[in-house]
Amino acid sequence: MSSAGSVASISSRAFDETGAAAGYYPHYERIRRWLEDSPPEALQRKRREAELLFRRIGITFSVYAEGGSPERLIPFDIIPRVLSAAEWSRLAQGLTQRVRALNAFLFDVYHRREILRAGRIPKELILHNESYRAEMQDFDPPHRAYTHVAGIDLVRVGPGDFYVLEDNCRTPSGVSYMLENREAMVRLFPELCAGHRIAPVSHYPEELRDTLRSLAPPNCQGEPVIVVLTPGPFNSAYFEHSFLADEMGAELVEGVDLVVDDNIVHMRTTEGLKRVDVIYRRIDDAYVDPLTFQPESLLGCPGLFNAYRAGNVALANAVGSGIADDKAVYPYVPEMIRFYLAEEPILNNVPTYSCGNCEELGYVLDHLPELVVKETQGSGGFGMLVGPMASRGEREAFAAKLAARPHDYIAQPTLALSTCPTFVESGVAPRHVDLRPFVLVGKEIRIVPGGLTRVALREGSLVVNSSQGGGTKDTWVLER
Amino acid sequence: MLSRTAASLYWLARYIERAENISRIVRVAHRMASMARSLGSAGNEWLTTLIATGCEPEFFAKYAEATGPEVIDFLVRDLDNPSSILTCLETARRNARAVRTALTNDMWDALNETGIRARERAREAVDDDIMGFLEWVRERSQLFGGAYSSTMLRNDAYYFTRLGTFLERADSTARILDVKYYLLLPHDEKAGGALDYYQWQSILRSVSALRSYHWVYHERLQPWLIAEFLILRPEMPRSLLSCYEQITRHLGLIAEAYGGKRGECHRLAGEIHAKLRYSRIDAIFQSGLHEFLTEFIDRSIILGAEISNLYLT
Repeated sequence: MSSAGSVASISSRAFDETGAAAGYYPHYERIRRWLEDSPPEALQRKRREAELLFRRIGITFSVYAEGGSPERLIPFDIIPRVLSAAEWSRLAQGLTQRVRALNAFLFDVYHRREILRAGRIPKELILHNESYRAEMQDFDPPHRAYTHVAGIDLVRVGPGDFYVLEDNCRTPSGVSYMLENREAMVRLFPELCAGHRIAPVSHYPEELRDTLRSLAPPNCQGEPVIVVLTPGPFNSAYFEHSFLADEMGAELVEGVDLVVDDNIVHMRTTEGLKRVDVIYRRIDDAYVDPLTFQPESLLGCPGLFNAYRAGNVALANAVGSGIADDKAVYPYVPEMIRFYLAEEPILNNVPTYSCGNCEELGYVLDHLPELVVKETQGSGGFGMLVGPMASRGEREAFAAKLAARPHDYIAQPTLALSTCPTFVESGVAPRHVDLRPFVLVGKEIRIVPGGLTRVALREGSLVVNSSQGGGTKDTWVLER
Repeated sequence: MLSRTAASLYWLARYIERAENISRIVRVAHRMASMARSLGSAGNEWLTTLIATGCEPEFFAKYAEATGPEVIDFLVRDLDNPSSILTCLETARRNARAVRTALTNDMWDALNETGIRARERAREAVDDDIMGFLEWVRERSQLFGGAYSSTMLRNDAYYFTRLGTFLERADSTARILDVKYYLLLPHDEKAGGALDYYQWQSILRSVSALRSYHWVYHERLQPWLIAEFLILRPEMPRSLLSCYEQITRHLGLIAEAYGGKRGECHRLAGEIHAKLRYSRIDAIFQSGLHEFLTEFIDRSIILGAEISNLYLT
């Protein structure tokens, strides 16, 4: 069987978000007219303008796998994705519900572990998980919030059918693209933008700052000093770190800029040491503090974790949040919603097979051509198999890996990701998309209406990761 | 501000200034080398160029002899040379990236585009085009200078950037002058000959000061006047005195901004500045121009270390 055949079949049953098949949804009507009125040369010109704009702004994204050039532009598609007010309001409810449950779960696993005692999630799955941080036991973060910035990846398969693909509870990135994409659209297509009532997103940095401020330790006097902790310019998301620091008016620090003395965190400044109250850290748990975690790490700051546990500094996101977005824990999120909130999940979970389970592994091996198989510790679209797209040889090679280390993998049915019109070489054509909205959790939960839409630019491709040839689009949530 | 941020601003300004100075020195060397035969020079223009840029030891670790194409390649685009123009521009951009939030958009635009285009332009610039590239480097440096002086807030970030520019400029002017005086003139060449004249002229050209010399002195080129011009004249913007006026001024502004706290760097800068302000050129010549300049370069290096001690680490 040729793989092209199955590619076509997935794409053909995918949901077209414009509703083109049955005469366009009202919220896509203006986009339809605009596309009809714009000759390809005009779009081509705009795309080139957009490219120049982004290069000048300096948005770059390095791809570790490529080595070589540390900077490469993520392609930006000039056709916006539109969500109606009703679609968004349902999504926002579902996101709020999910993130409340994830935080309740995090508080629970680091305190009384009720959900484990109740047998709703297997104990060993949590306590033996690499992302579980025993050091966090009985620590009380402000507002019982752990994942202060969550990026929930959603895909859509029908008009009201949104599935959560993964919950990014550690250090999700991409929000700068959401903001810069909007800036670009307003500059490139002022009239098109003016013709819609688009919910603004540009206040995200203020919302983030308010969220971070609400985490300041009780002993902090006056206006809390907030910093963004970055691994440095060679990190793929460095642009975003500096962008957010700049927009919030916060210092962008690296580990070497911080020093802990008597459980108090300071930064080294030209005027001497200055106390730090809240750290929005964009480095992983493992690198936060070489004294507590990875001893060889130079990215964090020795003593930081003790200062945190002593309640002298806030870390966002909290250490240990990763246990909530672990791929092996993911299947239990609907259970968390029922257990902590006594509600039914608004957003769907994708049915997931844990390959560590013998029976399920058997099913997965028998159905590889229909499934997507992912490493539980993988990210960025690396180390995964998209069954319908893979050749027989690729599937056989992957089956061998699976059989050797079944615990490292989960499998899910291949979802027909919805499509949006996208400007590609051959003109305007449907391409598969996903959506990452950003949920802020401090004293309250806030969601800026919109998110990062990623689009698989290659025809038929379901992999939207920028490291694998994906692009981004501006995401418009209409206010009515 | 973060010490690391201040350090990056200081160093990116130094690297941009260094790229410009090296491009000036290479341009003049190119000109001198093309006239060398007709002037009967000893043909050591390229060697002295290396010494003036301070790149001599690194060069001879790689090459046996200082020929034009090799020196140009080494000073312009060799990424193994920490002071080549290309290395300077790329290092400046890396520093800029590391402190992106401390830069104005205009500064970032200037640095970013310079860093991105430098490699390509340096590769394309072969033989005769090299002058075009060197000219481009000077323009880019001046664009950066204009961008930061016209858009940065007048606060500590600006003061540290200024310090970087002027410490580097002072060092460069001193080296250019020292090389001519100490090395360029062959021992059997009579002072005041055609070669001597063109060499002095080239020094003024390398600091864009040939015309201003005439405006100030209304006289033929005289070595002691040129030395006075480049060391002691406050109206000459690349003179050592001018540079130290800026250095002491900005060190003072930093101290004021930080509640009046001063350190060894303030004392030392003040001492060097005072010496430049109250010296006379005939006294400098009497006790030896080369000795004077060598001491100046050494003390400027110590000043850089002291600034680093107090603020940048």
